[in-house]
Amino acid sequence: MAPRRLTIALAGNPNAGKTSVFNHLTGTRQKVGNWPGVTVEKKEGHIRRGDREITVVDLPGTYSLTPFSLEEVIARNYLLDERPDVVIAVIDATNLERSLYLATQIRELDCKVLFALNMADMARARGLIIDGRKLAALLDVPVVFTVANRGEGMEALLEEAIRLAESETPPDRSRRVKYSRDLEEAIGRLAGFLAARLGDRLAWLPRWTAVKLLEDDEIVKQRLVAAAPDEARAVLQAAAALRRHLAERYDEDPQIVLTDERYGFIAGIVREVQRSDARRRVDVSRNIDLVLTHRFLGFPIFLFFIWAMFELTFTLGEAPVGWIEAAVGAAARAAQAVLPEGPLRGLVADGIIAGVGSVLKFLPNILILFFCIALFEDTGYMARTAFLMDRIMHLIGLHGKSFIPMLMGFGCNVPAVMAARTLESPKDRILTILITPFMSCSAKLPVYVVLAGAFFGERAGSVIFGLYLLGILLSILTGRLLRSTLLAGGDAPFVMELPPYRMPMAKSLLIHMWDRSRIFLRKMGGTILLGSVIVWALSSFPQVPATAPGGAPDAGVEAGSGAPGTEGSRALQVRESYLGRLGRAVAPVFAPLGIEWREAVALLSGFVAKEIVVSTLGVLHAVGEEGEGGDTLGRALSSSGMTPLAALSMMVFVLLYLPCLATTTAIRRETGSTRWMLFSIAYNTAVAWIVSFAVYQGGRALGYA
Amino acid sequence: MRLSELREGESATIVHVGGDGPLRRRILEMGLVKGTRVRVEKYAPLKDPLELVARGVHLSLRVEEAEHIRVEKDD
Repeated sequence: MAPRRLTIALAGNPNAGKTSVFNHLTGTRQKVGNWPGVTVEKKEGHIRRGDREITVVDLPGTYSLTPFSLEEVIARNYLLDERPDVVIAVIDATNLERSLYLATQIRELDCKVLFALNMADMARARGLIIDGRKLAALLDVPVVFTVANRGEGMEALLEEAIRLAESETPPDRSRRVKYSRDLEEAIGRLAGFLAARLGDRLAWLPRWTAVKLLEDDEIVKQRLVAAAPDEARAVLQAAAALRRHLAERYDEDPQIVLTDERYGFIAGIVREVQRSDARRRVDVSRNIDLVLTHRFLGFPIFLFFIWAMFELTFTLGEAPVGWIEAAVGAAARAAQAVLPEGPLRGLVADGIIAGVGSVLKFLPNILILFFCIALFEDTGYMARTAFLMDRIMHLIGLHGKSFIPMLMGFGCNVPAVMAARTLESPKDRILTILITPFMSCSAKLPVYVVLAGAFFGERAGSVIFGLYLLGILLSILTGRLLRSTLLAGGDAPFVMELPPYRMPMAKSLLIHMWDRSRIFLRKMGGTILLGSVIVWALSSFPQVPATAPGGAPDAGVEAGSGAPGTEGSRALQVRESYLGRLGRAVAPVFAPLGIEWREAVALLSGFVAKEIVVSTLGVLHAVGEEGEGGDTLGRALSSSGMTPLAALSMMVFVLLYLPCLATTTAIRRETGSTRWMLFSIAYNTAVAWIVSFAVYQGGRALGYA
Repeated sequence: MRLSELREGESATIVHVGGDGPLRRRILEMGLVKGTRVRVEKYAPLKDPLELVARGVHLSLRVEEAEHIRVEKDD
């Protein structure tokens, strides 16, 4: 017998514990992807129960099913079009009234709904007593009490969901939201009209469609027109007339009236089923909050947490990063030892292994950063960081939540771009992603250290600090510019919930961390590998014979052997390669910035990863690429005729120009658009050119040579 | 008076939610509808946004957003 397939959808408010329910129901058998065409995460899990194969789909967390945010549209379309066998509405039992607003809207869709009254323990601790049986009877919905973060009630929930999915009785249509007489009359008339005019071509229930038309729901209108253009026109006219009538009658937009009445209906239910115990316990969450968002202590504590996050990421990450680098180095040497000399050896050792290494090397830092972010999110502190920072971020036209991604940019832009997911409005998200690359990431630091160290001596520290400030300044200017042009008007309402502080659950933290890191590895890996191979090929072909004039006659093209002659021949190889030729071809573009062809080649190679700029410079100036070669490289640069002003111009260019390959890949993925990626590449490079030009030419005009 | 004029610790009842488009819808969806009792829990260290409690839920909104909500202060 073929297995029976069931689909269970999980819906609920953000912070209602939906993710905990999902994790406990499905364990580790999850699949994380995106909803088609958008970058909202889609989670699916599979369970086997006897001969049933059950798919659990985690819908995006929303407060409503009105189609005003991406998440809401996704959740609603899924319920309407995919028709899951049963929907579990995860309800925050400590917050029954607000949770029921979404739950009753799901109920209005005439789905088979089951309520999971989650965080039942916290509700009890707060002295809230909920009569589940009465709630079930009033709305004709099965109710299960759960404490999802401890896994309580999960078994009962699953059993009830299966029972409901397989039951034949349709939900009782009489026991749902009832509106006041005038509204009911309008709904009834419109529903009758819809049924008569469209009949079978109406994909949804007439009553629900009528309510949506009275709310002037754009998506429902469009889809009606698409399904039956002629009839839809008449229906929409009737709806518009009824809307006008209601607006006059209530002196208010019917949509607002409907929202008001839904809350009124819910308030009635809550009065019936919930009692509040008079003796309330101390509100721990509130006391924590009094300290963490305290007028004077709030910011210092926040800065401490941020400092701790970076400290953890980079000190704890240092050792594993070292191991990975050592292992990659060993693998490259092994490949060189095993493979015969020739292009294949170069491809494997310098292209593939180095490429994989450049991705893997980020992994420890990324895991730790994402762990910290998950910790901030799961405890509820993330919302407070937005609360603290919003005043400042709003000056750039951004949301308080943009702060964390931008800050992470100082570490590495890749997780920073991915962290922008916490922003709800797509425009805010794109804007944050676009300005994040101006935060000078840690990979650029080696470039500054070499250049500033060689040319600015004791003032190197101040110069580097100035570069960081310049990056911040340009991110602010860019933010303001884009907010008033390409991304105008998307400033989403700030109105958000400050959820109670919660003890984070290790399992949930680890799942969070791993989900995001996995996306990083899988999606970045392929592109970066390909990019590394391309840059390797560009710098290795056409091959220069080892005995070519100018090269050392005795040395092969062995990497890292340290023989003095090798450096000369490698410099020659890169010089004569396609990459070198390209560098010399674009040299005129860089000339007004005081940047000569070797630096131009280094900048081009820096697209793969910014720290490569240093090693390419090392190769081209024939000083080797070992870390301790920094001073040697500095001397070689000064003797090649680079001036302090040119060095400054070069550093400014490195600070601002196109994001590295991994970041551009992340930008494309997270904005869901190749155009935004190209915009970022073009915009940053243009800004870099202009600012470097101003620095170099301005400096010359002022008499610094 | 406006919600934004309330001081820390003061309570009021919502009389009318103004503003338009997404902001108004969002405010209403979060349960700040006519007749809802709210209490201003605190203002952020930089005096904006503010935190209020309604129906036992803590919400935060910007001062400029709170200006759209008319309230009647409780005695």
